[in-house]
Amino acid sequence: MANRSQIFAAAKAAFPYSLPMLAGFLFLGISYGVYMQALGFGVLFPLFMAALIYAGSVEFIVATALVAPFAPVSTLLVTLMVSGRQVFYGISMLEKYGAYVGKKRWYLIAALVDEAFSLNYMATVPTGIDRGWYYFFVSLYLHIYWISGAVLGNVFGNILPVNLQGVEFAMTALFIVIFAENWMKEKVHDSSWLGLGITLFFLVTAGKEHFLIPTLFTILAVLTLRRNKLENKIIRLEKVE
Amino acid sequence: MTLSQQIITIAMGVIGVHFCRLLPFWIFPANRPIPHYIRYLGKVLPAAMFGMLVIYCFKDIDLFTGYHGMPNFIAGAVTLALHLWKKNMFLSMAAGTILYMILVQQVFVAA
Repeated sequence: MANRSQIFAAAKAAFPYSLPMLAGFLFLGISYGVYMQALGFGVLFPLFMAALIYAGSVEFIVATALVAPFAPVSTLLVTLMVSGRQVFYGISMLEKYGAYVGKKRWYLIAALVDEAFSLNYMATVPTGIDRGWYYFFVSLYLHIYWISGAVLGNVFGNILPVNLQGVEFAMTALFIVIFAENWMKEKVHDSSWLGLGITLFFLVTAGKEHFLIPTLFTILAVLTLRRNKLENKIIRLEKVE
Repeated sequence: MTLSQQIITIAMGVIGVHFCRLLPFWIFPANRPIPHYIRYLGKVLPAAMFGMLVIYCFKDIDLFTGYHGMPNFIAGAVTLALHLWKKNMFLSMAAGTILYMILVQQVFVAA
């Protein structure tokens, strides 16, 4: 069990690691808050949706559904289709978010957005810092940035003094950096190439509205079919080290 | 829509997202060993997911009209090059994002 000073140390260590996402998350949250305001919703809607749904694209989808005729089943189905990739993040985090984390692992799981997955998967937890609490605070900070943005955007969206156009590129920059970090760390690049290639293929052939589901299934199928080959390659190259 | 219909609609979003997040952890509970195949997937999936997320971020670019996604490609290349060179996450992200903001606000301005 971590004591109070260990928790505080983890909170302090996790903060700078979450910081690159502050501007991007605030801005995306703000755009969402502004959007909700434009649809005629007060601050409680973006507040609760940002806190409880906590998935950018799904919040926009639900917002649109709120001003359309009542259709809960189709809302659920669209949400499931857009969130399919979350299952893959969960599989990747089974060990990092394992039993040792304790009860707070359920919060880590609930807060497993694209960015929390990327940051926590690649995190080098400083020595002496409790891993579970470190992941917890990285997730919590991102969650807070997101909720704050949604509320700020809803309340003050129209009177923002600075031109933030383009700051959403922070997401793209994060994923490029994480991809590069992982690339430098891994010995076998097959999986990285598959992710790029298969996604690009379906983006071009199926279009941006429909590419996610075929991409996920194809990545899973190819990785499964090439399991023996890929596992042997990884074992062989890791032995050389 | 009535308030209760709105709450149900929001609840559908909450249920859908969190079902997907929880599913792997329900199927493979922490007190039991994870099957070899799933451990293998846990090892090779992240790289593929990072590749997918990179492409995903470029999905809204229109290659054939406007500036053909030039600001995205330029800022993306600078972010990548800077990161391979300096290996400083904060620096790469801040420089890439600020460059992109300058590009879309000052250089490649919507006509």
